[in-house]
Amino acid sequence: MNGSLATWLYAVTAVPEDGTPPRELTGVADEPVRLVEAAGLAAVVGSVPLEDFGEDALRDHLEDLEWLERTARAHHRVINGAARHGQVIPLRFATLYHDDDRVRAMLQERRDDFTATLRRVAGRTEWGVKGYVDPRSFLPDPDEPTDAGESPGTAYLLRRRAQRQDQETAHLRATERAEEVHASLAALAVATAAHPPQDTALAAYEGWMVLNNSYLVPDALGAEFTALVTDLGERYPAITLEVSGPWPPYSFTAPPNRVEEAQPEETPS
Amino acid sequence: MNQSSDWNPPVRRTGAAREPDRRGAEPSSLADILERVLDKGIVIAGDIQINLLDIELLTIKIRLLVASVDRAKEMGIDWWEHDPSLSSGARDVLEENERLRRRVGELEDGRGARREDDDHEDHGVEREDER
Repeated sequence: MNGSLATWLYAVTAVPEDGTPPRELTGVADEPVRLVEAAGLAAVVGSVPLEDFGEDALRDHLEDLEWLERTARAHHRVINGAARHGQVIPLRFATLYHDDDRVRAMLQERRDDFTATLRRVAGRTEWGVKGYVDPRSFLPDPDEPTDAGESPGTAYLLRRRAQRQDQETAHLRATERAEEVHASLAALAVATAAHPPQDTALAAYEGWMVLNNSYLVPDALGAEFTALVTDLGERYPAITLEVSGPWPPYSFTAPPNRVEEAQPEETPS
Repeated sequence: MNQSSDWNPPVRRTGAAREPDRRGAEPSSLADILERVLDKGIVIAGDIQINLLDIELLTIKIRLLVASVDRAKEMGIDWWEHDPSLSSGARDVLEENERLRRRVGELEDGRGARREDDDHEDHGVEREDER
């Protein structure tokens, strides 16, 4: 049986006190999710068929956006479900081992890292905050037209150049406001992580995403944090804020070599 | 949640994300989930190697796939920049006018972005609308 199955990892967590696996969960292959324990840690895993999750099959599947969506949601669902039983370290999508023994060996080997990371994120939750703007809200006042004496083509070109500069100004202004919002939110967080703006088609929005950050917030401050998002939305009416979460600490469990990403530098059109 | 009075931010178009995030509920935006499960989370070299480069390429591919319409729109907006006919000459201005008229027609048809994209893909940057 093991010849045709691999072990897909979802998360690492402390061994639950009651020792019961998250029985209600099914994973990326609709398989039941179980725990593999070693070194005082538990890996949340499922057995998945190699014909779908072997190296080549996986590579093919990953090209299929529908498959990817379904599987990514399943991966997340298990991590999220496991997080209800205790703090988890989410594993990157498509972490696969040949069998459970290999998982136990890995848990042994990395025990110190995992333990330290779990301690770092214990009692804390990731919240995502995105900020959208309508570029028109940040445009400079229109200048007087300067077409006089120019040929139509040149005037058009100049006009378009001026528009482009205005866009850059608008983007700068919007980004500055977003930085202010971020600073307020960061005051309630123990750590923050900046993500690049999401793709407009994938995330289905219009305008600019000038804020896309994660905040690691103590559980006791969760309500305060979301209320602060609402307050900031009122204080900055030109920025539409959207909060997502609570998330398992996806953005805060990588080794602490996190690079603080800058706000987008390019000016979206 | 909050919005200025004169626009409807951020408009959720059909077909992309399933539903907007709800505070306190399980987050369900596909973009949010992909962002996290593909780019975040702890990385361990498992036995079956889908290396990180593959994943990075994958996210690029997804962006290209889903971004194609928007990218086309950008190209449509910037088409004039690449148009050598704008540099000089009355004849070029006539061509420009013709092109603009065509462009306005396309925009009114709501198909401008797509058409410009097709034009660029098929013919590169050149004057394809001489008649």
